[in-house]
Amino acid sequence: MENYLQDIQDIRKMMDKSSQFLSLSGLSGVMAGVYALLGSFAIRHIAIVNYGHITLESYSFRLILAIGGAVLFLSVATAYALTLRKARKRGDTVFNSTSKRLAVNFMIPMVTGGLFALLLIRSQHYGLIAPITLIFYGLACVNASKYTLRDVRYLGLTIIVIGLVATYFIGYGLEFWALGFGVCHILYGSVMYFKYERK
Amino acid sequence: MKNILQHINKAFDHRIRLGIMSILMVNEFADFNTLKELLGVTDGNLASHAKALEAENYIMIEKQFIGKKPNTRYMATKDGRKAFTQHIDALEKLIQKG
Repeated sequence: MENYLQDIQDIRKMMDKSSQFLSLSGLSGVMAGVYALLGSFAIRHIAIVNYGHITLESYSFRLILAIGGAVLFLSVATAYALTLRKARKRGDTVFNSTSKRLAVNFMIPMVTGGLFALLLIRSQHYGLIAPITLIFYGLACVNASKYTLRDVRYLGLTIIVIGLVATYFIGYGLEFWALGFGVCHILYGSVMYFKYERK
Repeated sequence: MKNILQHINKAFDHRIRLGIMSILMVNEFADFNTLKELLGVTDGNLASHAKALEAENYIMIEKQFIGKKPNTRYMATKDGRKAFTQHIDALEKLIQKG
């Protein structure tokens, strides 16, 4: 009888392990949120100093781009480092077929959204950039969630809703950005951290 | 009891074969290295258990080349899926009775 129970547990474990990447770190979500909030405050400060008037050629605009790039870089680097740590603890690897599938399915909406945002800059639809990046990031999370922890799906859905609301209230891009990328990441990251990591 | 035991499939009565089938049930296909890593087994061990499942017509083995590298892909057949589902059902019923 013991054996049968063990068999069922083995089957379930193998099904989960082979189809989902479960070493994704919740703490890295919290950190990404913190970076996003800090970045938003910095950009807000730049906007106030410039009386909300920033041209594409200005030094301030380049500074904003640099802050955005730094937030992205730090988030990805932290996510990689913390996920590596969690994977090692679990006796898992970071580069395997499930993590590759996770990355590919995340990147398809992300790259689409990124290119779309660049095209929006070209056609001077600046107000739409914040909502669009939120919506595509949310879609990327939902799409990737099939291959990792279920919570990523709810994070994605929440960010999609925030993106749609931001499309209605154009002009508050930065605030919605801080809410979506900052507050949501910290919230869902903490939930994931307390659910799976702090044991 | 006898009825249930009929559906306990001897072909799956081994940790590695059980593992191969579990993985192939939830993935369209899996290649040799992925299976090896997930199951934590040696090349020879995996190959022989995979052969046994192929002999039962429960999985298909596809050999191909990706560039110059040989690549072996495994996938569950329709028969394999049916047999494995019956096996799991039987296991569950046995546990409930016990």
